[in-house]
Amino acid sequence: MSKPTNAFRSAGFDWSSALFTAVAGAATSLILVILIAILGNVALNGLPNLTWHFISTIPSDNFFDIKTTGVLAMIIGTTIRVLVMTLFVIPIGVITAVYLTEYARTGSLYTRIIRAAVNNLAGVPSIVFGLFGVGFFINFVGGSLDSLTGQQGVHWKQPSVLWASLTLAIMTMPVVIVATEESLKAIIPGLREASLALGATKLETIWKIVLPNALPGILTGGILAISRAAGEVAPILFTGAAYYMAELPTAPTDQFMDLGYHIYVLATQSPDIEKTRPILYATVVVLLLLTFSLNAVAIFARARIRRAMRHSH
Amino acid sequence: MSAPPHYTTKRTAGWMGIKRGHKARPFEWIVEKGILLISFSAIVMVMLIFVFIARESLPIFFQREDSSHPTSVIQVADAAKHSKEELAAYLDMKPSEVADLDAETLKLMLEVKLEAASQASTDKDAQVNTTHWRYLLLPYQWTGYDKPSYIWQPIGEIHKYNIIPLVIGSLKTTLVGLTFAVPLALLAALFVSQLAPPQLREWLKPAIELLSGIPSVVVGTFALLVLATFLQSVFGYQTRLNAFVAGIALGISVIPLVFSIAEDALTSVPRSYSDAALALGASKWQAAWQIVLPAALPGVFAAVVLGFGRAIGETMIVLMVTSASVMSWSIFDGARSITATIAAEMAEAVSGGHHYRILFMLGAVLFVVTFTTNMIGDIIIHRLKGKLEGKA
Repeated sequence: MSKPTNAFRSAGFDWSSALFTAVAGAATSLILVILIAILGNVALNGLPNLTWHFISTIPSDNFFDIKTTGVLAMIIGTTIRVLVMTLFVIPIGVITAVYLTEYARTGSLYTRIIRAAVNNLAGVPSIVFGLFGVGFFINFVGGSLDSLTGQQGVHWKQPSVLWASLTLAIMTMPVVIVATEESLKAIIPGLREASLALGATKLETIWKIVLPNALPGILTGGILAISRAAGEVAPILFTGAAYYMAELPTAPTDQFMDLGYHIYVLATQSPDIEKTRPILYATVVVLLLLTFSLNAVAIFARARIRRAMRHSH
Repeated sequence: MSAPPHYTTKRTAGWMGIKRGHKARPFEWIVEKGILLISFSAIVMVMLIFVFIARESLPIFFQREDSSHPTSVIQVADAAKHSKEELAAYLDMKPSEVADLDAETLKLMLEVKLEAASQASTDKDAQVNTTHWRYLLLPYQWTGYDKPSYIWQPIGEIHKYNIIPLVIGSLKTTLVGLTFAVPLALLAALFVSQLAPPQLREWLKPAIELLSGIPSVVVGTFALLVLATFLQSVFGYQTRLNAFVAGIALGISVIPLVFSIAEDALTSVPRSYSDAALALGASKWQAAWQIVLPAALPGVFAAVVLGFGRAIGETMIVLMVTSASVMSWSIFDGARSITATIAAEMAEAVSGGHHYRILFMLGAVLFVVTFTTNMIGDIIIHRLKGKLEGKA
């Protein structure tokens, strides 16, 4: 006869459990404290310096002077590169997700390779994307375009807003694919079956039933991709961002000024960091307003989609 | 009763002739093939990244870099005899830049070059091919140093490309970051997925994930202006900006990733596991620590592996918080990671030159490292999900 074992001592109040629960709770709180410290620090130092003049002024080349400088050129530059990126990444990402959920057999080798590639793409360091942009887009594609068009001088084989946007599009592809896939899976199968039973073809079902229903999820993916890309600096360091540009970009081959890169310049290359500090914080506030608000919208929208998905099954 | 009339069933042409596949709806067939083709793009991109980073970096192994004077020195008086392209190559400049120079400046630059060439040749190290793997990986007795050392000094008279200080810089900051981030993120994941009341969980998870929405350049700024001063006042070390500050800042940026994956793994453990433990009289903590965590352990390990990949690839934070490439294992010394070196030096490296190629080689090393960690993490999570779903 074996002695009855008691796996869990539960007599009386369990001090060790209470202690460890408190430790885990404290760890969670510390993370929240860090979050609040960063946001609070930026808000306290940045918001008082955030004037309409600052937002609406195109800076001169002396952008270390708070009285005259502004960030309009950077806001426009970041917006353009992010929008051009969206043009490329949304169609490719959505179509890949449609293939994975609607066509591919789950568990087939091909699907697994695509998934592995998508996950890998999500984990490639952003600086490697920057190098890839130089090696592929600027040197290879740009170089080929230059020799094909046969014009005098260099047009395509140089950093530009187009190459920066394309580099970012590849970087954010996994974000769009994963978000779209999630929303496609959340659509109840009955909807597809009803459409097919009425005689619609598979493609008609996808185009008229599945995609419209998945639209909120696709938009969430787009927003997440935008907010991720808007804050990235490493991939655009050598593919398009400029230290200073007197004029706004007008052609795809122009370079551009960028909010994130400008923050890096202000933080590390200022002649007098104390004087630059207000400008730096104000610029950070502008970038955070852009990326963070988008991100917050996407995270809560995604939470709602997940809840709706749970209820529908 | 007469026999029913005999109907001859004549098959209409349509039956046999129903078109299938691409003949029935050629447009849809084309579109569907297009979808298949585009779905391939993620795979193509990963391969392109690999091919093009290798393409830019591999020639380094077949080139020779030494700092002894060039085989043909262009005398100032002969400048006019050479073409613009030759002069540009000689002066390490672009042809367009050379075209813009006036005669005086050009003459001056040629004189400087001539003088430099005559000086460099006196140093024995100038004959050394510094891109040979021996000088990339092993210490070497350079002139002016007391002992064989690992030196990364791509600019200067003799270009020294030893990558070991950078590798150590990357490992140092990454390990500090993980030591800080992993316990915090795992405890938080345990708390949010198992211990916290459901109402609290509803907003704790998105709140921690919001941290991942802060761009790394902003975390870098925060570390540079606030965290560095704060940590120095607490720990009282000498150098204000060092691997320790960079590591903590890296940790902050890695926390949301490790948290998300670990929380996901813990939540995917079937509810019946912890319910059974609770029914046997376990406390919530005991159920979480002794039952749920062991079941989800591979997922937690994957979270750490993927966190490592993210931390070693993070660029802007390390770039902003550290500066010098010092050969030292102390976390309170400065450090320069692989990523930060690429970011800082790529702009000034001459396209196609040795420095440029070595930076691409460092990028390839990073790509291989993160590719491996991603694959490992991916496989572990895949297996865990399969196992848990099979058991549930």
